[in-house]
Amino acid sequence: MFAADFDYYRADSVAAAGRLLAEHPGAKLLAGGHSLIPLLKLRLSAPAAVIDIGRIAELRGISVDGGTLRIGALTTHAEIAASADVQRHARALAEAAGQIGDPAVRNRGTIGGNIAHADPASDLPTVLQALGATLDIAGPHGERPVGIDGFFQGVMTTALAADDLLTAIRIPTAGQSQGSAYVKFPHPASRYAVIGVAASLTSGTGGGWRTVLTPGASRETVCSNASVAIGGLVPAPARCGAVEQALAGKPLSDETFAEAAAAVGGDLGDDLLGDVFASGEYRKAVAPVYVRRALAAAASRVG
Amino acid sequence: MSTRIFGSGIRRREDPRLITGSATYTADIRLPGMAHAAMLRSSHAHARITRIDTSAAAAAPGVVAVYTGTDTEGALQPMPCAWLLPDAGLKIAPYPCIAKDVVRYTGDIVAVVVAERLHQAHDAVELIEVDYEPLPAVTDPEQAAGADAPQLHAKDLNGDAIEGNQAFHWTVAGGDVDAAFAAAEADGVVIKERILQQRLIPNAMETRGAVAQYNRASGELTLWNTTQNPHIVRFLCSVVTGVPEDKLRVIAPEVGGGFGSKIAAYPADFVTVFCSKMLGRPIRWTETRSENYQATTHGRDHVQDVELAATKDGKITGLRCTVRAGMGAYLSTAAPGIPTILHGLMLSGCYDIPALKEDVYGVYTNGVPVEAYRGAGRPEATFMLERLIDMLAHKLDLDPADVRRRNFIPKFDNGHEVVTTLNYDSGDYPGALAKLLEHTGYQALREKQKAGPANGRYLGLGLSSYVEICGLGPSQVAGAIGFQGGLWESAIVRVHPTGKVHVFIGASPHGQGEETTFAQIVASEIGVDAGDVKIVHGDTDATPMGWGTYGSRTTAVGGAALAVAVRKIRDKAKVLAAHLLEASVEDMEYEDGRFFVKGSPDKAKTIQDVALMANVAWDLPEGMEAGLEASTFYDPPNFVFPYGAHLAVVEVDAATGHVELTGYTALDDCGPQINPVIVEGQVHGGVVQGIGQALWEGAAYDESGQLVTGSLLDYALPRADGLPPIDVISTVTPSPHHPLGVKGIGEAGTIASTAAVYNAVMDALRPLGVTRVDMPFTPERVWRAIQEAKGS
Ligand SMILES: Cc1cc2nc3c(=O)[nH]c(=O)nc-3n(C[C@H](O)[C@H](O)[C@H](O)COP(=O)(O)OP(=O)(O)OC[C@H]3O[C@@H](n4cnc5c(N)ncnc54)[C@H](O)[C@@H]3O)c2cc1C
Repeated sequence: MFAADFDYYRADSVAAAGRLLAEHPGAKLLAGGHSLIPLLKLRLSAPAAVIDIGRIAELRGISVDGGTLRIGALTTHAEIAASADVQRHARALAEAAGQIGDPAVRNRGTIGGNIAHADPASDLPTVLQALGATLDIAGPHGERPVGIDGFFQGVMTTALAADDLLTAIRIPTAGQSQGSAYVKFPHPASRYAVIGVAASLTSGTGGGWRTVLTPGASRETVCSNASVAIGGLVPAPARCGAVEQALAGKPLSDETFAEAAAAVGGDLGDDLLGDVFASGEYRKAVAPVYVRRALAAAASRVG
Repeated sequence: MSTRIFGSGIRRREDPRLITGSATYTADIRLPGMAHAAMLRSSHAHARITRIDTSAAAAAPGVVAVYTGTDTEGALQPMPCAWLLPDAGLKIAPYPCIAKDVVRYTGDIVAVVVAERLHQAHDAVELIEVDYEPLPAVTDPEQAAGADAPQLHAKDLNGDAIEGNQAFHWTVAGGDVDAAFAAAEADGVVIKERILQQRLIPNAMETRGAVAQYNRASGELTLWNTTQNPHIVRFLCSVVTGVPEDKLRVIAPEVGGGFGSKIAAYPADFVTVFCSKMLGRPIRWTETRSENYQATTHGRDHVQDVELAATKDGKITGLRCTVRAGMGAYLSTAAPGIPTILHGLMLSGCYDIPALKEDVYGVYTNGVPVEAYRGAGRPEATFMLERLIDMLAHKLDLDPADVRRRNFIPKFDNGHEVVTTLNYDSGDYPGALAKLLEHTGYQALREKQKAGPANGRYLGLGLSSYVEICGLGPSQVAGAIGFQGGLWESAIVRVHPTGKVHVFIGASPHGQGEETTFAQIVASEIGVDAGDVKIVHGDTDATPMGWGTYGSRTTAVGGAALAVAVRKIRDKAKVLAAHLLEASVEDMEYEDGRFFVKGSPDKAKTIQDVALMANVAWDLPEGMEAGLEASTFYDPPNFVFPYGAHLAVVEVDAATGHVELTGYTALDDCGPQINPVIVEGQVHGGVVQGIGQALWEGAAYDESGQLVTGSLLDYALPRADGLPPIDVISTVTPSPHHPLGVKGIGEAGTIASTAAVYNAVMDALRPLGVTRVDMPFTPERVWRAIQEAKGS
C-alpha cells in the first residue's frame, strides 16, 4: 500500500515544530512512525503535510531529578526498557516497554508517539495511569503540565490539540516500600494488549496504634496505597477504583488480591472493547485473573 | 567412502545470498522502459457490475493505460483448471482474468492501471468508479451447499448448469462399510465427530508478482514470475495469452516461499502479460501484502462429518465420512485434486482399516480460490483419523498409544496395498511410535499428568502417527486421475573439461535447499567436490522440462532423475578410464572419484582426468561420442510414502483459556537423509505451520463476504517466542523403488503436527469435561468451552 502524496518537513527544535504546525494546519507530527506510517499507507489518514520531529535532540533521554523521573517524548521503547533508572523508579513502565511489539518496533517507536496515538490496545497509557504521570505539553501559548487522569478520552482521542506537541513525561519515583508491575495478554498477531494491567502498591504497617500499645501483636504489612489501571477493557485505559478501594489497608496476600481483583470492571461501565479475537464478555471475565497477577507481581517487588 | 558427502549436514549454499539481501526476486527485476501495473480488485464478495468509469484514472498523472474486462475479453482466455477429476461430475465455472459482469470474491480483478511510476498506478486505481449491485454472498462451504444458498455460477464452461454451487462430487470406497457399521452398532463402538478444517492463508514471505516483457518485433515474451513451476506456467500462459510456447520464456527467479500458493497460474500474471502486449513495454506487477491476503490462494476449508466403527477392544473396522470442501469462487489450477486424490486416498493412514467410504463435495463459495497448502489434503486426512483414534481411546478408556498399536499395519519393506488401492512402499509404523514414546518418556509424562493440574494449568499429551503420499508420481497415474500433465522429472548433467559440473533440472526449488542437496547427490555419485556442482533451475529456456516443486516431490522425483543421469556419467567415465588405462571395463573399479584396475588403486584416472579427455576427445574408445554429459527423464514407478509419529505436550490455563505448547517431538522417516540439517529445517518449518493451524491461524469472512482477517495485524502466524524447542529425531527406511531410497520431507511436519497439538489440547481439557473445540484454539474459545462444560 502506498500513502497519498504529502509534503514533508523536518523540525530541528520544539520551537520550529511549533512554527511548522502553525503554518500547516492539519499537519501530522512524525516521531518513530510506527503508528502514523501504517495509517498513511492504509490511507486511513491523508494529511497534506507531515512534520518530522524525530531528530529533535531535546526531546530525547531519561533523567532523574529529586523525586521525579523525566522521560523525553522521543525516547524509544527499547531505551526505556533498558534504562536502569526506569527499572529502579518505574518498574512497570520498563516492563511494559520491553513487551511492546517486537525489537524493530521497540527500536523505532517512541513513548510520546505511543501516548499521543492513544490506541486503546497500547501498553504505555495504562502504565502511566497507574504511575500517576504528568505530561508536559508545548502548545501555541507555551508549555503546560497536564495530569494523566482525563488525558485519554476514548479510542485514539486525547487532550492534545492539533497544534500541541508532547515534550516529556514525568513520573514520581517509586518510594522504598513501593512496587509496580505490568501484566499483559498480548494479541498473538498484533502483539498489542488484549488486556494489560498495571499495578503500583505501597506497603505500610497494619494494625494502627494498637500494635504499638500491645507488645507482641503482629505488625502485619498492609497495603497503604494502591494504584491500578487496566487497558483493553473499555475504550480508554482506566483506573480501577473499585480494586484500589478493596486493597486499602488490607494485608498484601493472595487472598486480598483475589478478592480485590474480582471487583475489576464493576465501576467501568458497559462499553466494553471486543473484537473477533476476544469479545468484551470474555475480556471482562478474565480481567480479574490479570489484575490478580499484576497485584501479586507488584507486591513481590515492594521493598 | 563414496557416501561421505551424502548424509552430511553441510551448510545451504543458498543462504548467503538470501541472508545478505543479494538475491534477485521478481520485484527486483528492472528493465529499460518498464511501466507498473496495479490491479483494482472487487470490494464486494458478490455483486453485479453495472458501470465502470475509468476516465478520471486514465487522466491521472503518469497513467499509460487502463483496461477492464471488456478489453481483455477474447484477448485472454478463461483461466484453465488443470486437474480434471474424473467420475466426479466436475463442473468448471468460467474464470475470466478480469471480471466483466459479476464479481465473486473480494479480490476478483475488475480493472488494471498501468502507469510510469508504481505509486501513480496505485493512486489512479482509487480513481476508477465502479457501480456494484450487491448480491447475497456465502463463504461457508456447508451453507453454500445448502438449499437456499446464493448461487455463484449458472453454467460451467460446457454450458451445463451448475446446481447447488457444486463443483464436483467425488467418492472413494473400499471394503464393506455398511456391514462394518452395522456390526459396530450391534456389538462394538461408533464414534462420530464434526471437524472443521478452517481456511488458512499461506503467507509466503515474498508476495506474488510478475514482470512481462513482450517484444512486438519478434513476438517473443519473457515472463518473470513468482512460481513453484515455471514450465507449467509457460504451458498455461500460452493457453491463456496465445503466445506460443516456443516464443515464451518463463523465469522463476528467487522465489521467497510458496507453500502451495505459487503452484497455480493467476489472472494477474496474465493481465500483466496482456498489458505488455498492448503497450509493447515491459510491465511489472507486484502484489501488496493486503492483496496477497485477498487474492492469492488459501488452503484447507473443509467441513467434515466423520464416523468410525470399531470393536470393543479398539480395532477399527470402518470409516465413513462426508466432506464439504470450499473451493472459493473459481477452481484454481490444481484445486479439484487436493481434497480428493491427495486426501481421500490417504484416509486409512498407517492403519489396517478394512472398509471405508468418503464422499467429497467441492463447493463454490464467495471466497478466495482454495489450492494446495503445505500438506495439501493429507493434513486434513491425518487429522480426521488421529482425532477419531484419540476419541476411540477415550471411549474405551485405553491409552491413545495403545489404540494406535492395535491398528497399525505391521512393518513391511516392499509394498503393502491398502483399502483405497494405493500400494505403500515401505514402513514401520509401530517401530516409529515405539521409538517416539521411549525417546520422550511418554509413560513418565502420563504419570505426571495423573498428579492433576498445578496452579490451574492442565497438562495434555497429543500423538499423531501419519503416513503421507508424495513423490507425485507415475505419469500414467497422473493421466488416470485427470491431472493435465505428466509427473516425471528430468535432469541434464554436464561435466566440463576441468571436472566442474553443471546440472540443469526441471524442478524449481524456492527455499527448500535443493541447490545444496542436489550438489551432494552429484558429488556422492562421481566424487567431485559438492562445491564444484552448479544447479541451474527456474528458467524454461535454460532447463529441461519439469513439472515443478510441490507435493514433496523434488528430491523424490527430480533427485531420482539426477541420480540416474549422474550414474550414466559414471558409467561412461568408467569406459573411458578403462580405455586410458588400457584395461577392460569389467576389470575396472570405482571409488570416491577414481577409476582403477582391480588390485592397483594407485594407478587411477580421476573423474577430472576423464572429463578432460572426454571433452577434448583426443583419445576416445572406438565409437564413443565426445563430451561428458547425460540426461534422464525419470518417471517414478510408484509414489513414496514417508511416515512418522509426533508428540505434542501442552499446558492449558483453565482460568483464561490460554494454551501453551511446552514440548514437541517429531519422529520422521524420509528414508536416507541427503542432508540431515536441511531435513531438520524442513521438519521445523513444517511442524510450526501445522501448529499455527491448531493454535493461531484462521481466515475469517463476515456475513457479507469481507475478509476480516485481512492483514498480519489480525491473522496470527506462529512466532518463535510462542514455541518450544522442537526435538527432531528419525528412523531410516529406504523406499524400495527409488534409486537413492529417499522419500520426501517438505510437508511431513505440517501433516502430523496439527493433529498432535489438537489431541494434546483436548487431552488437557478432558478432566474439565470439554469434548470439542473448533480450531484455532484461541483463549476465548477454550475458555468458553470450559464454561459450557461447567454449565452442563
Ligand atoms: C508491528 C507493531 C506492533 C506494535 N505493538 C505494540 C504493542 O504491543 N504495544 C504498544 O503499546 N504499541 C505497539 N505498537 C505501536 C508502537 O508502540 C508505536 O511506536 C507507538 O504507538 C507510536 O510511536 P511512534 O513514535 O512510532 O509514533 P508515530 O507513528 O510517529 O506517531 C503516532 C501519532 O502520534 C503523534 N505524535 C508522535 N509524537 C508526538 C509528540 N511528541 N507530540 C504530539 N504528537 C505526537 C503523531 O502525529 C501520530 O499521530 C506496535 C506497532 C507496530 C507497527
